[in-house]
Amino acid sequence: MNIHEYQGKSMFRKAGVNVLDGVHCTSIEDALSAYDSLGSKVVAVKSQIHAGGRGKGTLYSPESGEKVMVGGVKIAFSREDVELYSRNLLGNKLVTIQTGENGKIVNNLYVEAGCAIAHEYYLAILVDREAKAVLIMASTEGGMDIEEVAENTPEALHKVWVDPAAGLLGFQKRNLGMDLGLSGTALKSFFGLLGKLYDVFIMNDCAMVEINPLVRSEDDEIIALDAKVSFDENASFRHEEWEDLRDLGEEDDAEVRAKELGLSYVKLDGEIGCLVNGAGLAMATMDVIQLYGGEPANFLDIGGGAGEDTVNAAFEIILEDPNVKGILVNIFGGIQRCDLVANGVLASVEKMGLEVPLVIRLSGTNYKEGRAIIDASELQTYSVDTLAEGAKKIVELIGGE
Amino acid sequence: MSIWINEHSKVLVQGITGSQGTFHATKMIEYGTDIVGGVTPGKGGLLLDMAEKTVSVYDSMFEAIQATDADASVIYVPPPFAAEAIMEAADAFDQIKGEGVVVCITEGIPTLDMVKAVAYVDQRPGIKLIGPNCPGIITPGKDGGCKIGIMPGHIHKKGRIGIVSKSGTLTYEAVAQTMSIGEGQSTCIGIGGDPVNGTGFIDCLSGFQADSQTEAIVMIGEIGGTAEEDAAAWAAENVTKPIVGFVAGATAPPGKRMGHAGAIISGGKGTAAEKFAAFELAGIHVANDPSEIGAVLAIALKEAGLL
Repeated sequence: MNIHEYQGKSMFRKAGVNVLDGVHCTSIEDALSAYDSLGSKVVAVKSQIHAGGRGKGTLYSPESGEKVMVGGVKIAFSREDVELYSRNLLGNKLVTIQTGENGKIVNNLYVEAGCAIAHEYYLAILVDREAKAVLIMASTEGGMDIEEVAENTPEALHKVWVDPAAGLLGFQKRNLGMDLGLSGTALKSFFGLLGKLYDVFIMNDCAMVEINPLVRSEDDEIIALDAKVSFDENASFRHEEWEDLRDLGEEDDAEVRAKELGLSYVKLDGEIGCLVNGAGLAMATMDVIQLYGGEPANFLDIGGGAGEDTVNAAFEIILEDPNVKGILVNIFGGIQRCDLVANGVLASVEKMGLEVPLVIRLSGTNYKEGRAIIDASELQTYSVDTLAEGAKKIVELIGGE
Repeated sequence: MSIWINEHSKVLVQGITGSQGTFHATKMIEYGTDIVGGVTPGKGGLLLDMAEKTVSVYDSMFEAIQATDADASVIYVPPPFAAEAIMEAADAFDQIKGEGVVVCITEGIPTLDMVKAVAYVDQRPGIKLIGPNCPGIITPGKDGGCKIGIMPGHIHKKGRIGIVSKSGTLTYEAVAQTMSIGEGQSTCIGIGGDPVNGTGFIDCLSGFQADSQTEAIVMIGEIGGTAEEDAAAWAAENVTKPIVGFVAGATAPPGKRMGHAGAIISGGKGTAAEKFAAFELAGIHVANDPSEIGAVLAIALKEAGLL
């Protein structure tokens, strides 16, 4: 789960991590009064969307598609600038390298006081799955794409792994600061900031905290100029406060509803809807559809032990997608009983009607019973034995290659 | 032989009084697993009737292992308490026997809890953790066998193919594929789809390489991380038995979590294409479609003079 920069900075501020003063705004009026209250001649007007690359993004009008402005993060030198930039940002579509071509509508701004920057760094805390430990990465090449840094100048990227029993130790903070070339006041400031940031990471069950850039001001303070924070959703049971931080406008509506129904759904751009049990098998189903010349419309895992209701909900969500021209059901019953899925499919079709071809592959627990249910119905479906057959059949039926 | 567990392994069920625990304990007994007891703190002394067997419940893992001399435990404890259950099992096995297999089925354990639990287990070299968020491990026997987890027992048969996979249902698919060419399994292990887990591919490959019953290996990965690449490189140096490989997620878009918390392509790393390429480089027989695993395995066996 991702949160906005302004929310991340508010967490930082509470934890004592250096950030600049800033105000969250949703209108031009908000932005102007924020400018007045900040008392800083120069401010940054920053679009708030759940994607990176904002600074280098481009704004388009959602209606006409016309280009409005280049840059989703603007430096304003006057009240007039603030007005212009917030008008150009709010309500328009921001396309960055991370949003895809559809971009994201900017509904939130963060107006932040300026500061005199001496140097920009990069800092991130994340879980290193190979080392099975928390990893802190820092680089003197701030503001740049970290993948590029890792690729081109790996010597500029410094890493520290935290022993989960010992926690982040003083010498590790000091050494990392020195690796960045810091000394004196700046090193002390970095030492303090890193400790607090690590605590933020642990206390909030973060999946990642990324600050790009982290800056050294001209008076040697280390300040988080950015805050990209995401949470580990598995820990949501102990973080009720996340509900208030969630911006549903940033999430796909169908994905949110699917989740509430206990389904794992990700919308894709293709034409073949998939209904599968198990995440690995669901991915493999998508892959095989593509292998035989089709494009999957979604990833959908109904989980283990799904009943009629779950199958019903899954059908509803698949059929809502206007791109769907055919559906492939692929079930390998383990805990899941195939006959329950078959009944769910019948009930769904009866309830919703079905105008697209449906191919069903049932295997594993109670597959014979499941197939008998499908075959005995008047449903126009195609039963197949293997995933490959199913994929070929559905691609053929929708007139693909 | 098989790896890590055999037909006669004695197994405890942590969280046996919960609905999942009760359901799967019964299924395991029906399959033939020697379930010697269960653990639910506060319910010690309870006797449970399951599939014509009476199973004793203990208050702690320590007490349960002392009473039953168990070899393995399986965890069906809800996510908030699962990491602690793993550590309790690791501690008890380590203290009493110096070894033990801990299988954690639970899905949805916070990653930072697992970072702690895995470090704790790693300090106890005799303890093997499988999972979490996995189907478990099964060694099919002549009749019945030892099933520790949630996989459907009836699809398996004793044989010479070792299977290791990150995914649950895709493991069943692989099992069915081996059966389609008349082959059974030595041991099948689901290592789980979480970003931080216990046993990895390399542990399993190393076990299969050393196991006399296993003559060929099927390895199924998925997008995210670099475990498949690391395993392929290791196998090229250390595994002489034929391996068939498949990776799920070739069509997954970057940055999106595909069901499993670990199945996410981030920063351009962890793609299926990279993993398939690593497999090929290591001489692993690649199946581009899970329905082809059987056919590719037959070719691999033939090439190795095993068919």
